[in-house]
Formats: sequence, structure tokens, C-alpha cells
Amino acid sequence: MNALFNLSFRYKIPLWGSLLIITATLAVSSTLIVQSYEDLQSDVVSSSASLGRTLVKTLFPAMLQEEVWQAFAIVKAPLHEESGSKLIQPEMILALDRNQQVFVSSHPKAAPMLAELHRLGDDYDRLAELIRARPEVDAPILDFSGPQRIYVAVPIAEEGARLGTLVIVHSKDVFLPRFRSVAWRSAQIGLVVLAVLLPINWYWGQRTAVPLAKLARSTGDVARGALREPPPGTYAFKDELGELFEAFGVMVKALQEKQLLEQEVIRSERLAAIGRLSAGLAHEINNPLGGMLVALDNFKRRGGHDERALKTVAMIERGLSQIRDTVSAMLVEAGVKSRDLAPQDLKDVQMLLSGEAHKRSVAIEVESDIEAPVALPATLVRQVVMNLLLNAVQACEDSGTVRCAVRHADHRLAIETENGGRPIPPEMMTHLFEPFVSGNEAGHGLGLWVTYQIVSQLRGQITVESRDGLTRFSVSLPTGEASWAPTPCASA
Amino acid sequence: MKELIRALLLLALLALVSGTSLGAETANGPLRVGLTPTFPHDQYQPLEQWRLYMERKLGRRVEFVRRDRYIETMDLLRLKKLDFAWVCDYPYVYFKKQVKLVAVPIHKGRPYYRSYLIVPATDTTTTSLAQLKGKVFAYTDPYSNTGYLTPRYELQQMGENPAYFFRKSFFAWSHRRVLEAVANGLADGGAVSSHVWDTLSIGKPELIAATRVVAKSQEYGFAPFVAQMSVSDEDFHAMQRLLLDMTTDADGRALLKDLNLDGFMIGNTQLFERVERVMRAVGEK
Repeated sequence: MNALFNLSFRYKIPLWGSLLIITATLAVSSTLIVQSYEDLQSDVVSSSASLGRTLVKTLFPAMLQEEVWQAFAIVKAPLHEESGSKLIQPEMILALDRNQQVFVSSHPKAAPMLAELHRLGDDYDRLAELIRARPEVDAPILDFSGPQRIYVAVPIAEEGARLGTLVIVHSKDVFLPRFRSVAWRSAQIGLVVLAVLLPINWYWGQRTAVPLAKLARSTGDVARGALREPPPGTYAFKDELGELFEAFGVMVKALQEKQLLEQEVIRSERLAAIGRLSAGLAHEINNPLGGMLVALDNFKRRGGHDERALKTVAMIERGLSQIRDTVSAMLVEAGVKSRDLAPQDLKDVQMLLSGEAHKRSVAIEVESDIEAPVALPATLVRQVVMNLLLNAVQACEDSGTVRCAVRHADHRLAIETENGGRPIPPEMMTHLFEPFVSGNEAGHGLGLWVTYQIVSQLRGQITVESRDGLTRFSVSLPTGEASWAPTPCASA
Repeated sequence: MKELIRALLLLALLALVSGTSLGAETANGPLRVGLTPTFPHDQYQPLEQWRLYMERKLGRRVEFVRRDRYIETMDLLRLKKLDFAWVCDYPYVYFKKQVKLVAVPIHKGRPYYRSYLIVPATDTTTTSLAQLKGKVFAYTDPYSNTGYLTPRYELQQMGENPAYFFRKSFFAWSHRRVLEAVANGLADGGAVSSHVWDTLSIGKPELIAATRVVAKSQEYGFAPFVAQMSVSDEDFHAMQRLLLDMTTDADGRALLKDLNLDGFMIGNTQLFERVERVMRAVGEK
């Protein structure tokens, strides 16, 4: 039984449907059959009653005059008819006297003259009781259905006297052919109904079950971590199943977004950790480094050193300076006081890069809607724009164009750079803003790291997209009076 | 009002009866011949041929009047509503003084017949009338010799009272119906004329096959053809001649074959002495 319930809906729905259709068809067919059986029975009873009333009229004088032969002829007459309808033809007709003895019967061998009714069989015994219960002259016509036969009893009475009872016996065997034909007809109708309904049921079941099965598979995929929607158009209707598909799509989208967000959070946390680490390292390095440089300076100033020592000191000094430069490049000092960003700053940046751009035959188009100073530190924003544009120029192919758009609206400054040329490979995307990650051999890989640090410290966001031959960096920075204050993390 | 209607109806009935019976009283009207169930008188076609044969031979109209009950035919004869009739030997003897014997049929070469005691073919045990005590018995007619008088006579000979011997008895009003009643099992036994039995064993073998003859009585003079007393000699002799001469032409022989008879002969009262004795013994006269 369980195996049946465990079946796929693809089979279960049509199967249950078929079962219901078959049950319903059977129920209707059997109702028809039972109904026709009852109709048949009541037809027999009413036709017998009418026959009985007719016979009684002629039987009364025959019985009154003890005319056995005449009475015999009367009860025999309806049975002689070679009638087409066997149904109306009784099996036997009995004329009973007042004492319920057979006065005459159409089949004297089965019911001989003078036989007592109740001795003729169980059915007759019951019938005799029924007749005895209504001995009056105007007794109603009785009918009684035994297991094999139907009995209709008509009082033989006229002008206030009752001579006995006429009993018309019908065998139920004659019902059988009629009954069989009705049953066969019902069965045929049932088969036609099944032939029409079963394919419809099968089609309907498939239409419901197949999308359900797909949904079940997709849900399984989601549970295993593969956030895939069922193929679009799997179920294009607006019923509950359709709503389920829609909700499932929404859920998958939400899960995808959540996953992206989680990845983003992990990445920013990693970048923040790297930031803190590098800032800490820079301080730790800068303090002894400063001391070392001062000591070297003092050493040089004292004089009296030979050539060789001076050379060595100079070499040490250059090395320490390189360390200092690198460390200070990593250490973004956002806390530096600076003036507000002015429209001229962007033009300066364009100017500063023109040399590099020219070298690579790259055009830089800067578009800006800033007309008044914006409450953002000019130095930092200049550095951000500079880094982004420099990267863009370097990534751009020869004779390409780098576009930069700066817009100030709704207390936000949006900076967008766009260039063609080499796209950023996907494996690099996740580590793009980490230090010492570089797209070319020439750079040291700190440009985007610094940019990211600045944007983070200004509480802004930076995103990158690289597709269809276009790489776009978008920076959004909040502006306003108190909009920027160095984050504790960055100043640490 | 009711009385008036009844009186009117009675008058109309009388007029009708006298109208139809007019023929028998008028010399040039049709000859009226009564037929009884002493032979299978309900076969319409052969009898119609016989009637036409009579009309041809006699040169005048002949009407057949069929009555189931012997007494009714006898009454019609005595009332002169019939000129001739074919009746049973018993009513002939009974009303001997009111009718004239015209001819006696010859069956199997002799003017005699018997009474057969029959039971259903399914009854294979009964061998005598005595075994039917307490059973249902079918008689033919209270004025039938072979179908009533003979079995009652035999019962009397056995020392039984015919009135109580059977549990129930009834009249079927013809030999043929007695056969049917016994064949159907309506009656456990019955008495019929040997001539009817023989005739039906040709015409209705399945009916005869459903019965079995248990006993055959002594011979009696065959049911005779009689005339009412006042029939003219001319008519009497014409009819007698017609019957006697039936064997002489092909049509007559064909009719006799249908009637299962060899012919007719001029009978005499000695033929019927035996039935008269039986009648007296039973105490009917």
C-alpha cells in the first residue's frame, strides 16, 4: 500500500483520478441497473394488477357456478398468448377459494386443485398470511416479492361478496434478458464515459504533476546549494501552482542575493582586516625607521668618514627610504586636513594624466556637473580619481577612450570610470582591492588598495563590473558637513 | 323504471329467439341440425364442408347449431327448434319417445363405441378406477354415456357411492376438454368416448400422448343421429338417405374420413338396450 502512496504524482494523480472516475461510473451504472430492475418489477406488478382485475370479472361467475373448466380456461388464457413480450406473461395464475385452497390453477401439476396455498412453498406460506390479513371484500391488491418470484393477489369479489383471491405469479427469470440488456447498455455508456474521461484525466494529471515534479527537483537542487530556478515557462498559469512557482523564483533570487551579500561581507571584512594589519605594521615599521633615518643623517653630518662608508650609508639610506615610501603608500592617512573638493581639481587630474595618456594614445573624457566646492577632502578624492583613471589608461588598448563621469546629487558624489580593453579576469575579481594585486607587471599593486581604503574611510562604496569589453568602476561617496570623519579603524 | 327496462329487454329477447327459430317451423326454411360434443364438433372447417355437402344433396339450406351441453340440444329438439341432431346414446335413450332414430355411425366397421378411463401420462401407477378414490375427476356432461354414466355405473358396481368417491369432480362439457383437463393435470382422471379418443389421436397426437387409457368399458351403441318427432317423412328420409349414401361418392367419403367414421347405417333400438340397462341400474330413470 505504501508503495502506491510513494508513487510520483505523475502516476498517482491520474491513477487516483481514474479510480474515482471508475468508481463514479460504476456507481452511476449500478444505480441505473437497480433503478431499471425496480421499474421492471413495478411494471410487472401494475400490469399484473390490471390483468388480475380483468380476469376477476369473468372468474367471479365461473367460481360462483363451480364451473371448474371455465375457470381453468380463464386462468389459462393469458398464458396461451404467443406474446412477444415474455415479461408481461405470468408464469402461473391461481384462483383461490375463501379457504385459500386452489380452486383452479393454470398449472394444475404445480398447484393442483384443492391444494392448500400455504403448503405450496415458503413464498406461498408468506403470501397466504398476507391474504389472510386482508379478508375483506374491498381488500387492496397485494404484491409480494419472493426470492425467485413476484406475486400479485387480487380479491375475487363483486357486489359485496368475495369468493376468493386470484394470484398472478411472475418468475423473475423473465427479467434476466431485459435486465441483462439494461446492464449491457449501462456498461456500454460507462465504457464510453471512461474512454472520454480517462484520457482527459491523464492529460490533466500530467499537466499538474509534471511541473510539480520539476519544482520538487529544483527544490532539491536549492537544498543541495545549487540556486537554480526551474526553467521559465514550466508552468504558465496563475493558479496556486503558478503562485508556488512565482514564490519559488522570488525565493531563489533572494537566496542568490543573500549569497552575493555574504560574499561581499566576507570580502570587505577581509579587506578591513588587511587594512588594520597593514596600518599597524606601518606604524610599527615607521617608528624605528624614522629613528634609523635620523641616525644615518646624524652619522653623515658628523663627517670624517671614508668614501666606502659613505657609499654604504647612502645605500642603506636609499633602502630605508624605499621602505618608508612603500609603507606610507600602504598607510592611507585620511585624517589629513584638506580643503573641500573644487571643480578645478578634476581638471587638474586630467591635466596630470595627459602625459601618460598621450604616450598611449588614449583619450580621456571627463564629465562633471560639480560647479561649487563639495564637502569632501580634495586630496583624497583627487587621489581616488587619479588612481582609477591611471588604471583605466593602463588597461585601455591603444587609441581607446577612457570616460569619467562625476555627479553630485542627493548628498552623494558619484564617480564612474569606464574603459575598454582587457577585462579583469574573474579569478582576480575577488582579490582586486587587496594590496600587491596587480593587473600589470609595471604597477606595485597598491593603487586600488589605496583607493579602496580611501573610499572605505570616507564611508563610501566602490564596485567594479567587467563585461562585454567594458570595465567600469563606480564610487559613491556621502557628502555634507559631517559626512566624512576618518573611521577609527583607518586612523588607528 | 328498472322494471320497465327489464320488461322491454325480455320482449326484445323473445322476439330474437322466435325470429331465429322460425326456420325449423317453416317447411321451406333451412333444415336445422344440432351438433353436440359427442364428436369433436368444434372443428369448424370439416363441418362446414359437411354442411355444404348436405345443402348440395338436399337442395335446400342447412344450418348447423352447435351446443356444448347435450340437454340444451335435447331441449331444442323437443321444442322443435331443431330438425335433426347428432346426440349421445344416453340422452337418446332418455328422451327416446320424443325423437326418431335416423342413423347410427359406423366406426371401425361396427356401430359401437366405448368409454375410456384416462389418467395423465405422468401417472404410471393407476390401473383401475378404484385407485382414483379421493382424487379429482373430470366428467364430460351429465347426459353423456361414455363421459359420465359409465364411470358412475362402474363405481356403483364396485359398491361405491359416486357422489362421494371422488374428492372433487367437475364437468368439462366435452370429451376433448376432459382430455385436456387430464393432460394438464387439472383432473387426476376422466372418462371419454373411444371415438373422440381415436379421432384426436390422429388430429391431436400430442394431446393424446399426454394421457393414458387405464380401462375400457363394454361396448355401447354409437351416439346416433336423430330427428325431432314432427319432422316430415320427406325430410326424414332425405336426411337418412344422405347419411347412408355418403360412402357412395368421393366428397362423402372424404367427409367421413374427416369425421373418422366408416359410414352410417339404419340403427335399431336393440343397439341401445345396454345403455338403457346401465341407466336404470344407476337409477337415472
